[in-house]
Amino acid sequence: MFAILATLALAAFLAPSLTRWAGRRCGWILALAPGAALAYLVSRLPAVIDGETFDATVSWVPALDVSLDLRLDGLSMVFGLLITAMGVATMIYAAAYIGDDQRLGRLNATLLAFMLAMLGVVLADDVITLFVAWELTGITSYLLIGYDNHKFQARRAALQALLVTGLGGLVLLVGLTMLSWIAGTTQMSAMSAAAGSVQGSPLYGVVLAMVLVGAFTKSAQFPFHFWLPGAMAAPTPVSAFLHSATMVKAGVYLLARMQPVLGGTEAWHTTLGVVGATTMLLGAVMAFPQRDLKKILAYTTVSALGMLTMLIGIGTSAALVAAMAYVVVHALYKGPLFHVAGIIDHETGTRELSSLGGLRRTMPITAAIAAMAALSMAAVPPLLGAYAKQLVHAAEGEATAAAGYIYWTALATGIVTTSVAVMLAVLPFWRAGRETPKQPHEAPISLWLGAGLLATLALLLGPVAGTTFRPLVDAAARVAGASPSELHEETSLGLASTSHAAEPASAGALEGAADQAHADADHGAEHGEHGSGTLLKLVTIATGVLLVWRRDALLAAVAPVGGLARFGPEAVYRLSVIGLKSFSGVLTRFIQNGYLRSYIFVVLLATIVLAGYPLFSDRAPLPPLAVLDIRLYEGLIVMAMLMATLFATGTDSRLAAVVALGLIGIGVAINFMIMGGPDLAMTQLAIETLSVLLFVFILHRLPRFEHFTSLAERRRDLVLSLMVGAFFTSLVWGIATEGGESALSPYFAEHSLSEGKGHNVVNVILVDFRGLDTMGEITVLAVAALGVFGLMRLNLDKEKKNGKVA
Amino acid sequence: MVTWLAMLIGGLYAAGFYLMLRRSLIKIILGLAIFAHGANLMILAAGNPRRVDVDVKIPIVPEGAEQLLQPYADPLPQALVLTAIVIGFGLQAFTLALAKSVYDRMGVDDVDAMRDPDLTEPPTRRDAQELVSHEELDSVAPAALPGTAVGS
Repeated sequence: MFAILATLALAAFLAPSLTRWAGRRCGWILALAPGAALAYLVSRLPAVIDGETFDATVSWVPALDVSLDLRLDGLSMVFGLLITAMGVATMIYAAAYIGDDQRLGRLNATLLAFMLAMLGVVLADDVITLFVAWELTGITSYLLIGYDNHKFQARRAALQALLVTGLGGLVLLVGLTMLSWIAGTTQMSAMSAAAGSVQGSPLYGVVLAMVLVGAFTKSAQFPFHFWLPGAMAAPTPVSAFLHSATMVKAGVYLLARMQPVLGGTEAWHTTLGVVGATTMLLGAVMAFPQRDLKKILAYTTVSALGMLTMLIGIGTSAALVAAMAYVVVHALYKGPLFHVAGIIDHETGTRELSSLGGLRRTMPITAAIAAMAALSMAAVPPLLGAYAKQLVHAAEGEATAAAGYIYWTALATGIVTTSVAVMLAVLPFWRAGRETPKQPHEAPISLWLGAGLLATLALLLGPVAGTTFRPLVDAAARVAGASPSELHEETSLGLASTSHAAEPASAGALEGAADQAHADADHGAEHGEHGSGTLLKLVTIATGVLLVWRRDALLAAVAPVGGLARFGPEAVYRLSVIGLKSFSGVLTRFIQNGYLRSYIFVVLLATIVLAGYPLFSDRAPLPPLAVLDIRLYEGLIVMAMLMATLFATGTDSRLAAVVALGLIGIGVAINFMIMGGPDLAMTQLAIETLSVLLFVFILHRLPRFEHFTSLAERRRDLVLSLMVGAFFTSLVWGIATEGGESALSPYFAEHSLSEGKGHNVVNVILVDFRGLDTMGEITVLAVAALGVFGLMRLNLDKEKKNGKVA
Repeated sequence: MVTWLAMLIGGLYAAGFYLMLRRSLIKIILGLAIFAHGANLMILAAGNPRRVDVDVKIPIVPEGAEQLLQPYADPLPQALVLTAIVIGFGLQAFTLALAKSVYDRMGVDDVDAMRDPDLTEPPTRRDAQELVSHEELDSVAPAALPGTAVGS
C-alpha cells in the first residue's frame, strides 16, 4: 500500500520534467501513476468485498503512540477507486485541456500530489495521519484553485477555500485529538469498540461539534458552502477532480468513518439531517439561476454533498448503503458533466448558458456523454443513478429526526435537480444554435475519453447494479456501521428483482429489518407513499421541465430576493477577513511603528515591570549594609561623573556635551583602575581620546541641539529613565548580595602562565583562551571601519558631483 | 564599593536611555555612548568587584610565581569588558559616520522628519524654498479660492 503512495509521490516529483519532455502527450504517460494505483485497488477488490482488510504500518512518533497506519477496507476501497479512476481521467484530460502552457508541468505535479494526499486521507487509519493528509489536500487544492495566479479572482478564491477548509481542519485536529484521548487510541479502526465510552463522555458534544465543523467545511455544507462555487475559478480539470469526486467528498468520508464511533445519537441524527437537508435544498435552488455552466455544476455538487451528509445522518443501514451508492453515482455523472463543461468552454470559448445552443450537430459525442450523465443525474432508468436514487428514497423514509423537514426538502430538491439536469444536458445541445466566440467543433479524444468511459460505466452498471455494484457498496456501508444481517437480507431480496419495479419490495424489506417499533408506526404511511411513487416521480420531472421552460420569467420574478445574498455566510466570511486584516494592520502599525524610541520605551517598560517585580518582591531595594562603605576619593569621582552625566544630558551646547562625555569616559577609566584593571583603564583612556576627537570632528558639521519633543514627552521619558536607573541600581545591589566567585576564573588564573605563556591573565584570555572571540571582534571592527570609510567616501563623491554641477 | 558603583551605573543608564528616547539623531548616539559606559561598569560590578591594593591584586602573575596569587581581581569580566570597549568604539564611529551622512543627504537631524520620502536628496537652498512654497500653496489654495472670489 505504501508502494502506491510512493508511486504517486515519485510521479509528482518527476511530473515537471516529464511534461517538458513529452509535451502534450504527457497526460497519457502520467495517467499511468493513478492507473497503477487503480490496478492495485481492483486486484484487492474481491477480497475487500468479502470483508477482508489490508493493513500496513510504519512507526512514526512512537512516543506519542502515533504511527503511519494505512488500512484498506470497504469504505477506503470505494473512495480509493473513485480517486484513482477519476485521477486517470483527469490526468489525460488536463494535459489536453491546458495544452501548451508553460505551467502544465506544475499543474500535473500538483494534481498528482493532491491524489497522493487524497489517497492518504482515505487510507489512513491513524487520526494524526488522517489529519496530515487532510491538510495536505487543503494546501494542494489551494495551489490548484489558484492555478491562474495572475488573476485576482483565482487567488482570492484559492485563499477563501484555504481559509475556510483550513480553519475547519484546525478545529478537526482538536476534535480528533480529544476523541483519541477519550477513546484511548489513535487508530480509527479500534475506536468503534470505544464508541460507548465516547458517547457517554461529558465531552462528547464538544468532540462531535469539532469533528462536524471539520467535515462540514471540507464538504461545503451550509453555512460553509460558499467556498465551493468560488473555487470554480480553478481550471476545469481541477474542478472536475477536486470538486466532484475527491476533495469535497473527504468530509463525507470522514462522517462515514466516524459514524460507528460518534453516530447513532440524537445530536448526530438531528445535526446531520438538518444541515444536510438544508445544504441539499440550498445548493439545488442556487444552482437554478446560475448562468455559468461550472457554477451550476458547483451548486449541484453542494446539493449532492448535502444529500450525502443527510443520509449519513439518518444512519440506518439502508441510509448508509444509499450514501455509499450515491457517492459513486455522483462521481460518475458529475465528473463527466464537468468535463463536458470544460469541453464546451474549450471549443466554443464560453461557458455562459445563454449563449450556447445547437451543439449536438457540431459536437455529437460530447452531447451523448452529457445526455448519459444528465440522465443518470435525473435518476432515469436504466442508469446507475436510478438505482442509487431508489436506495436514497427508501432511506429518506427511515429518518427519525427531522423527518418532515427531510421529506419536503428532498421533494423540492428533486424537482430543482431535474430542472438543472435539463439545463445542463438539453439547452446547450438541443435548442436552436447560437453564436459563440469560437467556431465550435468536436473535441479531440483525449478530452472526451475519460468522461465517456465514466458515463458509459454508469450506463453499463445500471441494469446489473444489484449483482455488480451492490456488493462493493455494502462492504463500504458495513465499515460505516451498517449491520451485516440487515444488508444480507436486503441484498438477497434486491437480487431477486433488480429492475425499477423492485423499489417498493426493497423498501418494504428494509422496513421489516429496521427497528420494529418505528417500523410499525410508519408502515402504512410508507406503503401509501410508495404506491404513488411513480406518479410522484412523473410530477417531479414535469414540474422540473416546466421550471426550465419558464425560467426567465421565474428568475425575473424572484430577482429582488437575490439581494439577500449580501447578508449570507459569504458576507460574514468577507467581513471577518477584512476585519482581521485591518485589525492586524492597526496592531502592526501600533507595535511595529518604525519609531526607535517607542520600541525602546516598550522594552524598558516591560523590563521594569517583568524583571522588576520579582526583584523587588524578593528583597527590599536597599544596599546591603556590608557594602555601605564609600571612601572620599571614590565619592568625589562618582559625584563628578554623575554631574557630567547630568550635564551631557541637559546641555544645549554640542561641545559641552562632548566634553562631558569625555569626562564620563575618564571617570570610567579611573573606576577600572580602582577595581584592579590596568589594561581596561589604559584601553578606556585611549579609546575615550579617540572618541572625543571623533565627536569633535563630526559634531561641528551637524546641526545644533534642538528640542523636537514637547515638555510633556520629555517629562514622561525622564520619569521612565529614572525608573530604569533605579531598577539597575537595585539590580547591581541584588547581584552584590548574592556575591560568589566566578567558577571560571580560577582556571584562567592557574593556567595562564603554564599554558598560555603569559603573565597578564586578561591578555592571555583575550588572545589565547578566547582567541576566536577576539578574532570575531577584529572582524567586527574591520567591517565597521569599512562602513565608515564607505559612508565618508559617499559624501565626498557627492560633494564633488554637486561641485561640478554647480 | 558596590554601593556607589550601583548608583553610578543607575545614573548612566538613566541618562543613556533618556537620550536614546530623543528624536535628535545625535542625542541618540550620545545616549548610546553613555549607556555603553554603564553597561561596561555593570559587567564588572557583577563580577564581585573589590578595591585593588587594598583587598585584591591586579590579575598579573608576578615574576617567579607559577600562577595568580589569591586574592586577585577577577580577570574574566575584565576580558569581556575590554572587548566591549573596543566594539563600542567601532559602533560609535559607525553611527557617527552614518549620522553625518544622513544629515548631509537629508538636511535634518530629527529622526521623525527622516521618514519623509521627499528628503532622499539633500535639499539645496533653492529646493528648500520650492518645498516651502509648494506646501504653502497646497495648504493655502482651498481656503484662498473663496478669498480671491470675494476680493475680485
